[in-house]
Amino acid sequence: MSENETEGEIIICQDVCKWFGDFQALKDCSLRVKAQEVVVIIGPSGSGKSTFIRCINRLEEHQTGEIVVDGIPLTRDVRNIEQIRSETGMVFQQFNLFPHLTVLENITLAPIQVRKMKKEEAQDTAMSLLNRVGIPEQADKHPGQLSGGQQQRVAIARSLAMSPKIMLFDEPTSALDPEMIKEVLDVMQELAESGMTMLVVTHEMGFAREVADRIVFMDAGEIVEVGTPEHFFTNAQHDRTKLFLSQIL
Amino acid sequence: MTTAAETSSDRSVLPITERYRLLGWLRRNLFSDAFNSILTLVALVFLFFVARNLLRWAFATAEWGVIPANFNLIMRGQYPATEAWRLWLVIYLLGAVVGVTWRLISGQFSGVARLLLTIPFFLMLIPFFSMGTRLNLFITAVASAAGYYIEGYLPIQRRGRAAVYFILAYLVIMLLLLRGVGAEDGPMPPVSPILWGGLLLSLLLAFFGITLSFPLGVALALGRQSQLPAIRVMSVIYIEFIRGVPLISLLFMGQVMLQLFLPDGFPLVDRVLRALVAITLFSAAYTAENVRGGLQSIPRGQYEAAQALGLSAYQSTINIILPQALRAVIPVLVGQFISLFKDTTLVALVGIFDLLGIARTILANPDWLGTHQEVYAIIAVLFWIFSYSMSYASRRLERRLGVGVR
Repeated sequence: MSENETEGEIIICQDVCKWFGDFQALKDCSLRVKAQEVVVIIGPSGSGKSTFIRCINRLEEHQTGEIVVDGIPLTRDVRNIEQIRSETGMVFQQFNLFPHLTVLENITLAPIQVRKMKKEEAQDTAMSLLNRVGIPEQADKHPGQLSGGQQQRVAIARSLAMSPKIMLFDEPTSALDPEMIKEVLDVMQELAESGMTMLVVTHEMGFAREVADRIVFMDAGEIVEVGTPEHFFTNAQHDRTKLFLSQIL
Repeated sequence: MTTAAETSSDRSVLPITERYRLLGWLRRNLFSDAFNSILTLVALVFLFFVARNLLRWAFATAEWGVIPANFNLIMRGQYPATEAWRLWLVIYLLGAVVGVTWRLISGQFSGVARLLLTIPFFLMLIPFFSMGTRLNLFITAVASAAGYYIEGYLPIQRRGRAAVYFILAYLVIMLLLLRGVGAEDGPMPPVSPILWGGLLLSLLLAFFGITLSFPLGVALALGRQSQLPAIRVMSVIYIEFIRGVPLISLLFMGQVMLQLFLPDGFPLVDRVLRALVAITLFSAAYTAENVRGGLQSIPRGQYEAAQALGLSAYQSTINIILPQALRAVIPVLVGQFISLFKDTTLVALVGIFDLLGIARTILANPDWLGTHQEVYAIIAVLFWIFSYSMSYASRRLERRLGVGVR
């Protein structure tokens, strides 16, 4: 643990492999992420981007290889899994807010249940987070009454309420109408500037270029190329990377 | 021409069916064309004859004397008349509990609350009731009003917890009163459940059948989805076995076959309780399948979001999954509970005198030969009143919880 902290690496993935039946979704993926780093993962659909970040908080189980999050090895041990999950926030493509709870209850549920926080304290935190994502006036509504962009901002606030050290974003803007994408990206950019460690799967190249410290390109379950945005958009090495970039830019 | 007809000042120019809303409604809905007009007329003639014969039977032919003469039997079976005061006490307390929890249940004072609190007064209008019965009903009304008044003094945050305590205390007191405590010659001698009967027993079987089978059914539904093979297999076997046999066979099993399996001299609980256990076990299997439908309607993303936040399996089931799953199946569950209420009549076939069993005893009495129609009509009306109340209550519950609204 101390060894990892001195190196400043908060996520270590080493030779991670994952199969769905006969299909190999991840092939020897290795990646090390430093604290406060923003890493954007891009790649064609079906390339294993989502599967990769979902392995980091055990929404998918990897079969071989090693994952260590903040010094905690990700094993079958439920205590380790729950500890990693409570330190890792995740934002989903489909928001996945709890429809039967109000916005405020969505945000306070986990702090009260998992962190055993007092209700009043959790509500104060939730309100300041709603202020941070710019929608304090929606606190008492149900998710169904909000727009997609507002729901995704609530989902971000819900994850932040657990004071995570790492935030995972699984295509957070892919289900949004174009005019709502910016409000979510703005919140994410502010979060990145505040020093959060972030792993973001996205197709928003503008965001990747502007906010990312490093970009990871994945194809067919492999990490093909890793580099700074500058390197990526001007000097990509692999043919597959070049092909992908030529198709989307 | 049309513009003139559309202005309200020219109402008198419109055809007569457009001048009056009722006539307009009739024309559009019942007489819109020749075929529909014929159908309407045929239906009207048919309804006329049905209604005429029904009213003629109800007011001229039927001998309603059988109902007042056996009223106590229909209400409470063979529960001793000397102990009837205990039943009235149970009813007073029920009124008080309804009063004291009403604001909480209805959200605020609504028309329904007022209607519910006036039920005793309506019952007092029933012609053949004695003054004593009317007085008892009046005391019930007073008890509800008092309960309602007391609730007003409870702080709003404490009302929920208070209601739970009141209801639990009520159930305990009710069972003690019905069953009796102390010696045979004491102030409250025990009354064996075998003597409980009529509407009293039907309602008790239904109430305890529902409240006991619900948690069991939810547990079985969760068990069927469990990751642990042993629990899953046992749940599946239980559910599929119970659903594969008719309720009546379970009832017979409880009454006549249970002794065969148990060691000699093993103390058997009384027959009514055995029937209740059979009903509960039967209903739990159906509840489990209905709840499973609700569980399967929860998107995978809900589980994942709960996991990603670090909630344990138990925490996410209690806070995220079950609330949504149960809300989705309220209509189905209430339907099932109504059918459970009506299925309690099957206990009449194993010699327990619920409403239907009592009806059969009355009809077996030579004094009341040939009064089948009257007795069964009243039994049907009683069942309808309670079944309809349940379905009405469920609709209000759905609206309050916003079922179908996301």
